[in-house]
Amino acid sequence: MPIKVLIPTPLRPYAGKQSIIEVSAQTVGEALSNLVAQHPDLRKHLFSEEGKLRSFVNVYLNDEDIRYLAKDATPAKETDTITIVPSVAGGV
Amino acid sequence: MALRIPKALLEQLRAHGEQTYPHECCGVLVGQFDEAGGKTVEQAIACGNTRTDSPANRYHISPAELIRIQRESALAGRDIVGFYHSHPDWPAKWSTTDMDEAHWTGCSYVITSVEKGKAVLTNSFLLVGDEQSKHFEDEDLEAK
Repeated sequence: MPIKVLIPTPLRPYAGKQSIIEVSAQTVGEALSNLVAQHPDLRKHLFSEEGKLRSFVNVYLNDEDIRYLAKDATPAKETDTITIVPSVAGGV
Repeated sequence: MALRIPKALLEQLRAHGEQTYPHECCGVLVGQFDEAGGKTVEQAIACGNTRTDSPANRYHISPAELIRIQRESALAGRDIVGFYHSHPDWPAKWSTTDMDEAHWTGCSYVITSVEKGKAVLTNSFLLVGDEQSKHFEDEDLEAK
């Protein structure tokens, strides 16, 4: 059974209008690579030209921010859910 | 296209801005997108402002809170359709910071001006384009 990746509203137009996409992977980084391989239009919205996750894109494995785990190398298993969520901020 | 919101929810988010004054309030709007591109709000979820360093003129919603709301909304057959925040003693229009920090294209950003502790105007702005071309457009706010 593959890993579920939850796609936020603004990225769905680049992901075949899907809210959940399933990918096979051993790590979070591999899951994101497989995700953009399935949906190449997502790449520039998730990654910079240097291939780094954009600063305003948060990626969680279940309830944990991968920045505080092992980042791309964070192991992922079939029962896990990866959630992508752009930041929400602002002010006057 | 318009953002439709029940009057009670509109009053709820405006009251949130009065409660947190002189600090900014913030929250998530959950509901449905329709085929024509409009949106209907079914829940206005108040969030904490994590910008405790500058809460009078900045807001930020914890990603962990967003993740939880996104997950629970999906289970209930709903979507995140927008966000709201207040501008204490500042107009109900988007600021440069609001634009720089906006990343949810297709979603509504609802702003309430709160003057001397009283909610005054509430306006909605639709974020369109992508990261390179993004901009806000005025959006009709229909309260029923």
